[in-house]
Amino acid sequence: MSKPKDTFVNMVLTLLIITAVAAISLGYVYELTKKPIDDAKKQKLEKAIGEVVPKFTSIKEFKVKPKTGEDSLTFYQAINNGKLVGTAIKSYTDNGFGGRIWIIVGFTDDGTVINYQILEHHETPGLGSKTAFWFKDTLNTSRSIINKNPGKVKFIVTKDGGDIDAITASTISSRAFLDAVRRAYDTFINFKSKGGDK
Amino acid sequence: MNQVKNFTKGFLKENPVFILLLGMCPTLGTTTSAINGLGMGLATAFVLTMSNIVISMVKNFIPNKVRIPSFIVIIASFVTVVDLSMAAYLPALHEQLGLFIPLIVVNCIVLGRAESFASKNGVFSSLVDGLGMGLGFAFALTILGSVREILGSGKVFGFDMHIFPKGVDGILVFVLAPGAFLALGYLISIVNKINKKSI
Repeated sequence: MSKPKDTFVNMVLTLLIITAVAAISLGYVYELTKKPIDDAKKQKLEKAIGEVVPKFTSIKEFKVKPKTGEDSLTFYQAINNGKLVGTAIKSYTDNGFGGRIWIIVGFTDDGTVINYQILEHHETPGLGSKTAFWFKDTLNTSRSIINKNPGKVKFIVTKDGGDIDAITASTISSRAFLDAVRRAYDTFINFKSKGGDK
Repeated sequence: MNQVKNFTKGFLKENPVFILLLGMCPTLGTTTSAINGLGMGLATAFVLTMSNIVISMVKNFIPNKVRIPSFIVIIASFVTVVDLSMAAYLPALHEQLGLFIPLIVVNCIVLGRAESFASKNGVFSSLVDGLGMGLGFAFALTILGSVREILGSGKVFGFDMHIFPKGVDGILVFVLAPGAFLALGYLISIVNKINKKSI
């Protein structure tokens, strides 16, 4: 058959049919992958909590609103046989090179960082994505944030007068990451000063 | 048309990266390691093959003036399928490649093959062309990723090659953007040399 002519009706109809078919099939794929995607995210979160706080027997989860920023942070109190052993806080920053970065960071009772994990980011692969391991390099004390307390050590990149070395060639991502950690710490301390659990 | 030739042209003679120099943005951006290059290459190959098949099937029903928007919608649909399935079943790789997956939509190889091949040829030829070009792209990205990973961190696919003395991480510049250009430049010259000899 010959090609349809470039009439207005033909063009509108063609585009309409193509977009409709695309929309329907994408809706179907979305439904199909929704559960595995949620499962993968949940699994990752649980694994991440396990990595940033000591061994626990149960988790208490609640949301706390930070002083700065719109969205709430999620607190996961790790409880081992009735005793609080650490708090994992899901925090974020909007200063990332590729938009919002979600991290989870574990604190001891006095606010010392136990460990952290990046949950979601859109930083440049190979550069900003290095935040995932750069700040936990305990052999390199000037870049690691592990076992440091943001109340005593300035969690700002050295370029801006702080105490933490930024990732080579990724100062923006480093600033953003430390911003997310500080947001978690400030909210944690604020939460504790107001009476903690109650 | 000879289908074998149609398939193999994507690897050396008309390799999208080394010869046609198409799709440079993901080529330079994602090849920080061999596995990233391979993942990105295979994702693009899938989109390219599927969109080539569909476009060659519907080409006779699409008025000439709206062919580009039609092609883009078809390509974007397949990219979204890849994006969602990767997030569901390969979350680690999906995280590494980040925003480069949605960017396959605007990869010039995909639209380029749709416009210059699939819209003029039959379904089977287009399938073979898409596979050949796509795997050629994946092949090029894997080679480039391996070269950069070996020079940049002394590893390939995560396995330590022990080419650097202890305590040396590798040549950082090859993991960064300038190293991508350098490595690509040398690879292009090598491929050109091989091509000249075989002709």
